[in-house]
Amino acid sequence: MTKYWEEEKECMSRSDLEQLQLERLQSTLFRVTTHVPFYRKKFKEEGIDPDGFTSLADLSKLPFTTKDDLRHNYPYGLFAVPLRDIVRLHASSGTTGMATVVGYTKNDLKTWSTMVARIMTAAGVTNDDVVQIAFGYGMFTGGFGLHYGAERLGASVIPISSGNTKRQIQIIQDFRTTTMVCTPSYALVLADAMAAMDININALSLKFGLFGGEPWSEQMRREIETKLHIIATDNYGLSEVMGPGVAGECLERNGLHINEDHFLVEIINPETLEPMPAGEVGEVVVTTLTKEGFPVIRYRTRDLARIIDAPCACGRTLRRLSRIIGRTDDMLIIKGVNVYPMQIEAILFDIQGIGPHYQIIVEREGRLDKVQVLVEVVEGIFFDQMKKQRQLVDHIKKRLAAELGIGVEVKLVEEKTLERSAGKAKRVIDKRSQTRE
Amino acid sequence: MLKIRNLESGYGKLRVLKKISMHVDAGEIVTLIGANGAGKTTLLSTIAGLSRASGGDIVLFDQNLKSSAPQEIVKAGCSLVPEGRQVFATMRVEDNLILGGYVQYQRSKGYCQSAELAAIYDIFPVLKERRDQLAGTLSGGEQQMLAMGRALMAGPKLIMMDEPSTGLAPLIVRDIFQIILHLREAGNTVLLVEQNAKSALAIADRGYVLETGKIILQGPAADLLGNTDVQRAYLGRDVDAATATCDI
Repeated sequence: MTKYWEEEKECMSRSDLEQLQLERLQSTLFRVTTHVPFYRKKFKEEGIDPDGFTSLADLSKLPFTTKDDLRHNYPYGLFAVPLRDIVRLHASSGTTGMATVVGYTKNDLKTWSTMVARIMTAAGVTNDDVVQIAFGYGMFTGGFGLHYGAERLGASVIPISSGNTKRQIQIIQDFRTTTMVCTPSYALVLADAMAAMDININALSLKFGLFGGEPWSEQMRREIETKLHIIATDNYGLSEVMGPGVAGECLERNGLHINEDHFLVEIINPETLEPMPAGEVGEVVVTTLTKEGFPVIRYRTRDLARIIDAPCACGRTLRRLSRIIGRTDDMLIIKGVNVYPMQIEAILFDIQGIGPHYQIIVEREGRLDKVQVLVEVVEGIFFDQMKKQRQLVDHIKKRLAAELGIGVEVKLVEEKTLERSAGKAKRVIDKRSQTRE
Repeated sequence: MLKIRNLESGYGKLRVLKKISMHVDAGEIVTLIGANGAGKTTLLSTIAGLSRASGGDIVLFDQNLKSSAPQEIVKAGCSLVPEGRQVFATMRVEDNLILGGYVQYQRSKGYCQSAELAAIYDIFPVLKERRDQLAGTLSGGEQQMLAMGRALMAGPKLIMMDEPSTGLAPLIVRDIFQIILHLREAGNTVLLVEQNAKSALAIADRGYVLETGKIILQGPAADLLGNTDVQRAYLGRDVDAATATCDI
């Protein structure tokens, strides 16, 4: 089995890697200052001489680029090549707010598929696999990104796109799909649907699942792996930077190897904007090193994670990114306490008797914040036994209060009453902003 | 093998190289392309110790060569095939070659380089035929081979070539490039400076594009060949005209 896609890059020594990163960063800076007025102006305003850039540590002197910068330059303002050289356009999935446009040159597409082939190889996929891509195709980078990577790898690709769960299951059975590519929440939708249809999971050919597009938890991984009998790996990317392929887990399933020869990743404190001490959680900031069409300098992803510096048993020397534990913009400040939905999810998955689906509703009663967590129970167990029900609610409440440091309401709801999503799941409903206006 | 970081160099007050960073890995052919005056030759002569670097680092096998003398750099394993061949015209071909191996001269043993000479004659049979001729009587292509052979006599780990195709007929150029490929197959590492960007990128693994003393682009040679900026500036392909023709 091929273990690496580009061994000489994935197992590079740190000093060789840093040399390569410096070279690439210097020419990226040259190109953005020459070709992108936005960066030229910004560097000039902040008195930065891109020629004076001599070490990777100098990166912290450069200004950040934000989603707003991308929006203000909609659609093509940040492209570093003429439109004639752009061969593909994508738009961000617009999870939050207005879409942003990104462009790729021929070389960018080549790099992109190589990056995805790397993470797929790391996740165990080979050219013998049948890969079913249930990410949405179209403007979203997920579908096409994984598609071309899987093709580069030589796998058999099923471009089924998202939705239509029955058909997905039919294809998994008939085409003997070995690898599922979708959001983790959709993997659970598939698992539940197959359970409801009494499908024998052992009769399927599924071996691997590559999940991304939304934050998920270790408990959710265990649940997916148990229910679908697959090895589930996480991968990370965002369209503003390239799309999927920025980082991906190897079979050790303990952090996502960053493709550091193409992306420089920093972790900063989202409030002070200073670099976080090594190994601590903060906002992920990415600088592209090889992109031609749409290079970005210190892009603030708003994703929260930490960097794992320890060597990995798989032999890759590329450092790892922890799972994304949340987003700076879905951090809830409840009664003055910072709460990430992923913390709540982690606890819920740990408790017996409740399903993987939940919703967090935040309201304001008078001057006080109130949080209610709706949790689906499995199989309608003990809906007839009020006492046990109350015990379960109390147990969940206690666990949540211990972890979060604030009290929350918990309400059990019947199975399948919460909204299912084929794409990114909507876990949080914050009604406070509406009340405020 | 070779790592260059933030290298600066120039002549007098003139800054020619502005913070150049690049590297060459063992077994690679790396090419440096760029227009006249971009700083290609300055870069090679700075690595070879013929021009003094005013800043930055040149590291060959963990040894910093920035302030080393040219002969020490040759000893460290880095030989230069200079632009315009620079053979000693009034000396025999074989003496030219022997001079190339001066780093291996030992007082007790004298010049005893028959093995090295035989290896060079294997690669360039024509030099063997003409070993007793004066170097000045050779054709341009043969002189180029002699210059390459002379550099190889020092047993370099990295061989740098400055414009080996200059002034040669296209057929001879093809031979020279074949020899470079052959050298790589034999385990040599090559840093090739060329104005003939297309041929250079065709045989190279990676390339750097130098413009007014700065590296503006770099990557796998195939990617550079596909880059529109490179095509427009160095491959003589008029991309706009080509598009216009397609429209008609």
